[in-house]
Amino acid sequence: MTESVLAARDLARQFGGLKAVDGVSLELFAGEIHAVIGPNGAGKTTLINLLSGDLAPTAGSIRFAGHEIAGATPERIAQLGIGRSYQRVNVFAGFSAFENCRLAAQARLAHGLGLFRQARDVHVLNEAAAAALERVRFERSERIAETLSHGEQRQLEIAMTLATAPKALLLDEPLAGMGAEESERMTALIAELGRDHAVLLVEHDMDAVFRIAHTLTVMVDGKVLESGAPAAIRASAAVQEAYLGSDETAP
Amino acid sequence: MQAARERTMLLAAFALLALFPLLAGTFYLQLFAKIMIMAIFAMSLDLLVGYTGLVSFGHAAFFGIGAYALFVLSPQYAAASLYLSLPMAIGAAAVAAAVIGLLVLRASGVSFIMVTLAFAQMLFYYVIGSKTLGGSDGVYIYVKPSTTLFGWTPVSLDRPAGFYYLVLAALAATYLVLRFVTRSLFGHALLGIRSNESRMRALGFATTSYKLAAFVIAGAIAGLAGYLDATQFGFVSPDLLGWRLSGEVLMMVILGGMGTLYGSVLGAFVLVLLQDGLTDVTRHWLLPLGLFIILAVLLLPRGLGGLLRRAEKAHD
Amino acid sequence: MSDGLAFFLIQVLNGVQEGLLLFLVASGLTLVFGIMGIINLAHGSFYMLGAYLVYALASFTGDLWTAILIAVPLAIVLGLALEALLIRPLYGRDHLYQVLLTYGLILVLEEIRSLLFGDDVHGVAVPAFLDFSIPLKDALTYPAYRLFLSALCLAIAGAMWWLIRYTRLGMAIRAGSTNREMVQSLGIDIAWIYRVVFALGVALAALAGMIAAPAASVFPGMGNDVLIVSFVVVVIGGIGSIKGAFLGALLVGLADTFGQIYVPQLSGMTIYVLMAAVLLWRPAGLFGRAGAG
Repeated sequence: MTESVLAARDLARQFGGLKAVDGVSLELFAGEIHAVIGPNGAGKTTLINLLSGDLAPTAGSIRFAGHEIAGATPERIAQLGIGRSYQRVNVFAGFSAFENCRLAAQARLAHGLGLFRQARDVHVLNEAAAAALERVRFERSERIAETLSHGEQRQLEIAMTLATAPKALLLDEPLAGMGAEESERMTALIAELGRDHAVLLVEHDMDAVFRIAHTLTVMVDGKVLESGAPAAIRASAAVQEAYLGSDETAP
Repeated sequence: MQAARERTMLLAAFALLALFPLLAGTFYLQLFAKIMIMAIFAMSLDLLVGYTGLVSFGHAAFFGIGAYALFVLSPQYAAASLYLSLPMAIGAAAVAAAVIGLLVLRASGVSFIMVTLAFAQMLFYYVIGSKTLGGSDGVYIYVKPSTTLFGWTPVSLDRPAGFYYLVLAALAATYLVLRFVTRSLFGHALLGIRSNESRMRALGFATTSYKLAAFVIAGAIAGLAGYLDATQFGFVSPDLLGWRLSGEVLMMVILGGMGTLYGSVLGAFVLVLLQDGLTDVTRHWLLPLGLFIILAVLLLPRGLGGLLRRAEKAHD
Repeated sequence: MSDGLAFFLIQVLNGVQEGLLLFLVASGLTLVFGIMGIINLAHGSFYMLGAYLVYALASFTGDLWTAILIAVPLAIVLGLALEALLIRPLYGRDHLYQVLLTYGLILVLEEIRSLLFGDDVHGVAVPAFLDFSIPLKDALTYPAYRLFLSALCLAIAGAMWWLIRYTRLGMAIRAGSTNREMVQSLGIDIAWIYRVVFALGVALAALAGMIAAPAASVFPGMGNDVLIVSFVVVVIGGIGSIKGAFLGALLVGLADTFGQIYVPQLSGMTIYVLMAAVLLWRPAGLFGRAGAG
């Protein structure tokens, strides 16, 4: 088997007395979509925040591309090649879509004195931004981000993440609040991104998850309940039971 | 189109300022030199407030350091060389900004406002307690810096017009440098930080380093302004580091319209002329000034610059 | 008791008294920010106005207590009026505009003081029944009014604690600093809370100025001095935290008092060094929530 891109071991995070993430281990592989599902409050977003550096774990390790990154700052983790999107849209509201992506591309392409080049002359960034927007098939690149529809802002956010040329993508509910058609397009996009990235997908839309994920991890109360291929998860009695009585769509 | 018009207006304004000594007497030359010094100071703060979203209420600290640096570098009854003392004054302010910046940038939002104020006050009290720096009485610089280079003196700073042109050159240089900085990739990153710092970090920007660099550039330019102020008046007192001056320059930036550079220049002109006019009229000139500021906030949500832009739109 | 110990005790009393007085000013500042999101630079001016008001009223009525009884309601009215006229339009606006407007307000209040009371330095007489000193040791005594001042400040701090801990208003205030929607769901008018909190802040700052007047002098720049020191207190304690303001004020009072004895040359700097140290250790202050502000 190929070596994993990202490997988390016994990851834990406590808030006061609450163990939001409690001993989670998982691995991401290049070209694979790994979905994390579970009821609300299972610790999925906290898990993403631990992997992206927005939160520091109280215990455990995270290996990424030969580095130990548990507790590293978000900027260092992003520099190493992990990109993330947020559950709530998080873009630069007053910038155009193109400027959003160009700024994102700048994060990894410009350093030191090169930062004092005049922005409009740096073609490599313009090209990277255009490529990222094209990859998500975003057309209205001159529009100001805050004037875009919710679905478009979500799309833009993925494009920004891509502009940083990440190896791994952490996507936190990318389908939330989208209409059926938008949702369909986004699902297809994520499936496509899964071919050349290691993708961690947290998502409530079970249809989409079972359609595109290669591996599923089910979290309940901060712990991994079950992990495996979609068919195995679908057949698991424990998973069925965990979802009974909750308002989630049963798989 | 918009950019072309802006450029024409700026060039026209520069030409007017350059021709001004042909028309005006000593009093107005000195007044305008003072205004331009404040404009340099205000533009430096605009880099922090308008472009990076860092509201510093202690920017006078670096102005004061530039001013005191000239005093320290001047022999008692002889002139310091402009070419040595000016870079050293700017350097001193930059170093102080780097040290203070490392501390204050740990705070954000409203506590940044308070912490910058507190650090400036710390320097203020240091100077008050320092005998070598003259304590609360301040110190005099008896001889203005000399511009002599290899026996050649391009301009004497004792002549009002000579000093005026030095300040005008500094103003133009400051504008060009800051314009260059704000239009660079670095400047774009600052705008990103102002808009959404946590997103910048998630994209991989080490935002604290960017903010520190901006803080140092702004501090260095404030040091330049303070140096020029000390040259003009030949007197340096702790008030140059005080919170009142920090407040005044912040007013210039906000009233002028943030994030435009030239708005800060506009703000400096309006505020200094207003002060100058009001002191002639009444001993209680702070009252109308205060009322003006309050009304400006309530009635002009986007500063004087915003007013200009609106007038321009209506005109189109 | 040795001379050294008596001297030390006096300094501790001085530092605590300074801190407690500072708490009255800083608590209003931190509440107004924590609950209303307003940074009020003019807060120190209310301290100054309180002192001048009580000076004028005490020379007119001849009695400090009568003067305070008249002046406190005046301060509350001033607070309500300012909230309605100037502060309300600032809710939700950038801190910048709050800084700008309240800076303008400092200038206006300064000149109003100058027009009404002049620019002279004044003293206010200590009430007769407190006008004595408590002997500690030979030549060392402690003025009774200062002890009384500390006790009064402690009583006010206690009353505030009770107000915030046990009353419906206090509950709304506590909720308001963390969760605006919850306040509304409690059926409490948030606009009313803002009005009360702002007026309370003004009244506390003014009251601090009033009771400080007999212990120190009344002078034009007193408001700005206390404002900046209050900022230091708020930063040390953590923005929005009353508990933090209390502890921060005591620390600052003691640091300032002892700084004047042990490092007289740099005495003005002690509290700022203290602040820098706290910031290095805990950027959000002693009781601050990370990311507040």
